[in-house]
Amino acid sequence: MKNNLIIGIRMTVVLLVLFMVIYPLSVWTVAQLAPNNGEGEVVVYKQNKGYSNIGQNFTADKYFWGRPSAVDYNAAGSGASNKGASNEEYLAVVQGRIDTFLLKNPTVKKLDVPIDLVTASASGLDPNISVASTKVQITRVQKTRKISSEKLNSLIDANTEHPFLGIFGPTKVNVLKLNIALDQLN
Amino acid sequence: MNTEIVGIIAMFLLTLALAIPLGKYISKVYGLEKTWLDFIFNPVEKVLFKLSGVNPEQEMNWKQHMKALLTINVVWFFIGMIIMMTMGSLPMNPDGNPSMSADLAFNTVISFVVNCNLQHYSGETGLSYLGQFYLMFLQFVSAATGMAAAVVVFRAFRDKTTTELGNFYTYFMKSCTRILFPISLVVAILLAFQGTPMTFEGKDTITTLQGSSQDVSRGPAAAFVAIKHVGTNGGGFFGTNSAHPFENPTYFSNMVEMIAQMLIPFAMIFAFGYFIKRKKFSWMIFGVMTVGFLALTIPNVIAEMQGNPMIQKMGIDTSLGAMEGKESRIGAAATGYWSIATTVISTGSVNSMHDSTMPLSGMNELLAMMINSFYGGVGVGILNFFIFIILAVFISGLMVGRTPEFFGKKVEAREMKIAMIIALIHPFLILVGTAITTAMPQYGTATLNNPGFHGLSEMLYEFTSASANNGSGFEGLGDNTFWWNVSTGIVLLLARFLPIIGPVAIAGLLAQKKYIPENDGTLKTDTATFGVVTLTVILIIAALAFFPVLALGPIAEYFTIY
Repeated sequence: MKNNLIIGIRMTVVLLVLFMVIYPLSVWTVAQLAPNNGEGEVVVYKQNKGYSNIGQNFTADKYFWGRPSAVDYNAAGSGASNKGASNEEYLAVVQGRIDTFLLKNPTVKKLDVPIDLVTASASGLDPNISVASTKVQITRVQKTRKISSEKLNSLIDANTEHPFLGIFGPTKVNVLKLNIALDQLN
Repeated sequence: MNTEIVGIIAMFLLTLALAIPLGKYISKVYGLEKTWLDFIFNPVEKVLFKLSGVNPEQEMNWKQHMKALLTINVVWFFIGMIIMMTMGSLPMNPDGNPSMSADLAFNTVISFVVNCNLQHYSGETGLSYLGQFYLMFLQFVSAATGMAAAVVVFRAFRDKTTTELGNFYTYFMKSCTRILFPISLVVAILLAFQGTPMTFEGKDTITTLQGSSQDVSRGPAAAFVAIKHVGTNGGGFFGTNSAHPFENPTYFSNMVEMIAQMLIPFAMIFAFGYFIKRKKFSWMIFGVMTVGFLALTIPNVIAEMQGNPMIQKMGIDTSLGAMEGKESRIGAAATGYWSIATTVISTGSVNSMHDSTMPLSGMNELLAMMINSFYGGVGVGILNFFIFIILAVFISGLMVGRTPEFFGKKVEAREMKIAMIIALIHPFLILVGTAITTAMPQYGTATLNNPGFHGLSEMLYEFTSASANNGSGFEGLGDNTFWWNVSTGIVLLLARFLPIIGPVAIAGLLAQKKYIPENDGTLKTDTATFGVVTLTVILIIAALAFFPVLALGPIAEYFTIY
């Protein structure tokens, strides 16, 4: 037993060096070659930078909106609603989001409101929405900005991210990148 | 075909394609045979063994193995308690996060020592980078502990009659250096290039496009996220785990993490077969596990893609599926697949919030952990399955009226008693834990995030996850309380070490027995028939133990909304 304890302590020290020093430093060294030296991918706008993978809160009519967030896009405290499918209070919140959306987008038919625009994401920081979710917002953005819907459609097409290798996973749009491109249009 | 479906089929097939050669490699590592990486690892390991004061060739019997295993785990626990309770004032804390309270530290350290990673804190605010690094260390060594224990069982069936089952420290060290380290390094680098941060900088404050201020937590996440999956640990760097766009930035990173977490559990099954030179036996195990896995996965993928009927009734476009608590870049199909993969194996990392999945999906996630042996965690999955094999051997033996035998060894009363205790301890811990908590509304109901049947499921899920050493949760539960920290901490300990000691003891006892050569009357354990018997045993035990509580939780919830 005593022997096991001494070996246990010595081996733990050896492995602490391996896994708390050598391993992370190896990864860190290689990550210096990764996008933005492994500090998170950034996009630049108006002399500011944002993280392209971290969603931002868009509420103004002139921008495309992203997913609802349970934590208000707090990227220092990610979180979800964790509401169950049968929770009536939660269902009332979703109904409220649908009503608000229809109020702000009066030309949209209820049947065309995509579910990702009225349900909160898992991280509260989802940077993407579906293509359908951008299309239902075109009329509002177009009216606010006074640009043609053809231009907006081609902007969405240019910012559409296709499935990985063309065959794996969903099609989506990065809301922040789309809105940056939108600002540059004017 | 739908690109989301194609994505999940590709993930499964790629895992299998990588696991077979890896299984062969793992078998060679534990068999101390030559491998192509010897030129690096032989000299390195020689130094590591010397520094540790270990003679790697010293043979141990099963009891010596268990003593060595338990002692080193105790060392990790004490170091962990010290770090968690003082890290607020130690270096590597750019965000100025506080130390943990004693009960939270107890729960966190145990949870990482036992390869579970139930997290009652949030990574962004609850840990310094030093704390994260120590937990990362635990993710490596807890995985290696499970693997080393599994190898003892492998060894017991390779030789005809023996008490010498190899050296614990050798198996443990080689699991670290030759298996977990290299695979994690590859995965970490892939993730870093997909956009997972690997930096020692703290929080960044940016101005959003709309002009408000946003704090963004960063950190050395890529290294952490890699071993979290490779070692089927599942503890996230950030609060929302692999749903966080930094931990899992793209669909490709999602595939990498998915494959990384199922890879070693698959490979260990094949390694077993190569090691004891019974490849067909591996395929029997893999077949049973895969039937079970698909039976849980397919309904989840369908249910999540169909979406919540209560929202459909509101008359909107629900073609994307049940998107509450899901991420757009991953989609409903890959989320449904992950929700079962992470629960059948003991990872417990999540790329969606299981609390918000459909009622029957939640039930399947629970069942996956209740059965806990379809693939299972690294090393321990095969140990859990081994118990069911012993039970199936016994029942089959009774049916044909012969003394039950497994690989030429008689299975007798002592082994059966151990197997029964291990098979029953899991439902015991889950059901008794949930029942006690339900009986104390001030500790149980008061912490719920959802009312009614779903609320019961939240408590049930927490104990199931603890007892399966899984670590995922119905995260709405307010689980950082004294009661939850201590009760699940105790469940974690019992549910980790008893199911390791039990199978190793059975294997050790069987290994000592006289070898009886196979003849016409011997029960063949590598056939489809035996596979069906094993699956039936698993289903009967799970159904009898858990159906009543599932009827009160997810099944009752299902009928309220459909």
